[in-house]
Amino acid sequence: MIAVLRNNRDLWAGVMLVGIGAGAVLMARDYPFGTTLRMGAGYFPSVLGWILIAFGCWIGVSGLRHRAVIEGGWSPRALLVLPLSLVLFGVFIDRAGFVPALAVLIFGAAAAGRDFRLVEVLALTAFLTALCVLIFVVGLGLPYPLVFGF
Amino acid sequence: MDLLGNLVLGFGVALSLQNLLYCFIGVLVGTLIGVLPGIGPLATIAMLLPITFSVPPVAALIMLAGIYYGAQYGGSTTAILVNLPGETSSVVTCIDGYQMARQGRAGPALAVAALGSFFAGTVGTLLIALAGPPLAEFALSFAAPEYFSLMLMGLVAAAVLAQGDMAKSLAMVVLGLLLGIVGTDVNSGIARFSFGVTELTDGIGFVVVAVGVFAIGEIISNLGDATRRTVETAKVTHLFPTREDIRRSIGPVLRGTSLGAFFGVLPGTGPAIASFSSYMLEKKLAADPDRFGRGAIEGVAGPESANNADAQCKFIPMLTLGLPASGVMALMLGALTIQGIQPGPQVMTQRPELFWGLIASMWIGNLMLVILNLPLIGLWVRLLSMPYRLLYPAIMAFSAIGVFSVNNSPLEIYLAALFGVLGLVWMRLGFPLAPLLLGFVLGPMLEENLRRALLQAAGNPMVFVTRPISLVFILATLAILVVMAFPAIRRRQRDIAD
Repeated sequence: MIAVLRNNRDLWAGVMLVGIGAGAVLMARDYPFGTTLRMGAGYFPSVLGWILIAFGCWIGVSGLRHRAVIEGGWSPRALLVLPLSLVLFGVFIDRAGFVPALAVLIFGAAAAGRDFRLVEVLALTAFLTALCVLIFVVGLGLPYPLVFGF
Repeated sequence: MDLLGNLVLGFGVALSLQNLLYCFIGVLVGTLIGVLPGIGPLATIAMLLPITFSVPPVAALIMLAGIYYGAQYGGSTTAILVNLPGETSSVVTCIDGYQMARQGRAGPALAVAALGSFFAGTVGTLLIALAGPPLAEFALSFAAPEYFSLMLMGLVAAAVLAQGDMAKSLAMVVLGLLLGIVGTDVNSGIARFSFGVTELTDGIGFVVVAVGVFAIGEIISNLGDATRRTVETAKVTHLFPTREDIRRSIGPVLRGTSLGAFFGVLPGTGPAIASFSSYMLEKKLAADPDRFGRGAIEGVAGPESANNADAQCKFIPMLTLGLPASGVMALMLGALTIQGIQPGPQVMTQRPELFWGLIASMWIGNLMLVILNLPLIGLWVRLLSMPYRLLYPAIMAFSAIGVFSVNNSPLEIYLAALFGVLGLVWMRLGFPLAPLLLGFVLGPMLEENLRRALLQAAGNPMVFVTRPISLVFILATLAILVVMAFPAIRRRQRDIAD
């Protein structure tokens, strides 16, 4: 029974919606609700939150009846490494410069995939970084320092 | 000004050297991503949006539009040659197009697809030019209640008519609306859902959501799927269709164009629905339906015209009412806003060069595509054999630079990463993603018009049903909901989708 529930697509979809809706309603309590005549900042988000909760219940319950399962693969490696490489790009671009940030991003993105070939990835990183510098900094004139300290 | 004068103005704008260049870049990039599976016009436009900041609004829109309809052409090329639909709109083209290619008739199939699309594009352009001004004029009389009801109708229709689970689509719209109101409330100055983060008081960037969900989420999803594609390419020997081919194609092209134009104006119906309907219609009308699925040229001509007409006519509600009928149109609307142009019916009167220039450029772009594509087919096919592992790091790099260049804010990069993960989760839980974007774009406008309408009506919600135009929109919204709730229609739609 537990195993069935764990993979139940629509049940999880419903749980997520109820969670987000409840969060919105709770947070919107801090904003003045107002009246229908003069709506406060909390009016619209509260209403939306309740609608989400309603949809979540509906979808979750129908999930218990239909028992559709979650399809499609999850690659834990991609799920971790890909966002991480983006975060590193954000960290590096203000501290180390455009070139190191891009190199980290491209190398990291390539490492998130299944077949990783070091030489190919290094060549790809060098090629794409150079291409981006040409297009964005030289061509479009974006004002990013290539490498800090130079 | 009359239609002719307007078109002259438009062609004057579109034929300037700069705009021709941007149009060319647009259709070239569009064809490229149309050929490559795994990256669609939504992700590309989201990614390239920030780069268009430094460009004048007309040129930016011309290029983005070029990417959009260029992708339709590119998608059909791979559908015919390698049985691989580059875009969902060309799924149906695979059926007979690939069979034709296997019989050594790839050339005629490609030529008929290109010419049919060109014809549909021409009709679509004319339709926008004809229908745009009266619609915009009509919409100028709208006040807050009409706008609220219109947006409500647009959102509900877009969510409900789209393929997939109706409840989930509507929930996605609501979620988008909620994301859209993050930031400072214009009426009270209160920062909503900002979690104490200063940058969030300006709201979540449009580019951040679009790139995160459509570019990054898509990549994470693709890396999780283990399927590998092998590409086997049909040879293109001769291009020109026989007289018999042309005779058989004229009817399907005309009917496909009409169908596409009809579905194009409806919100939510992607080009896939237009092309499927056209295929079904041709099969029904054919004297010998057995030929379908074995290389019938009608099965290429009809759907290809339909999806192009649909793509063009999607611009009508966006340009005249400021109402996006699809995810791509939501991006176009975002592009307008970022350029400092308030979307709505006043665009046509205040910025006629923008409206007519864009329309004229679409016709020119379609012409470029016909001339460009036929000789370049060999190149596109070779691109197909490029492995995905070399492609997606480039998409990541472009996405990151695009997001960062909007506000030079690392936080927006982190948010894009977060939306990438969320996008994957939503995809796996069976949520469609385009409705989220529609809600996100329309959220602030919807709230603003709701508040204003109720304030003007002294808090009486009846204002939405006592004003006749607003009542029509509300009734239409209810009608769409009731009709689509009938299981028979849902089932039929699912059959078409499969």
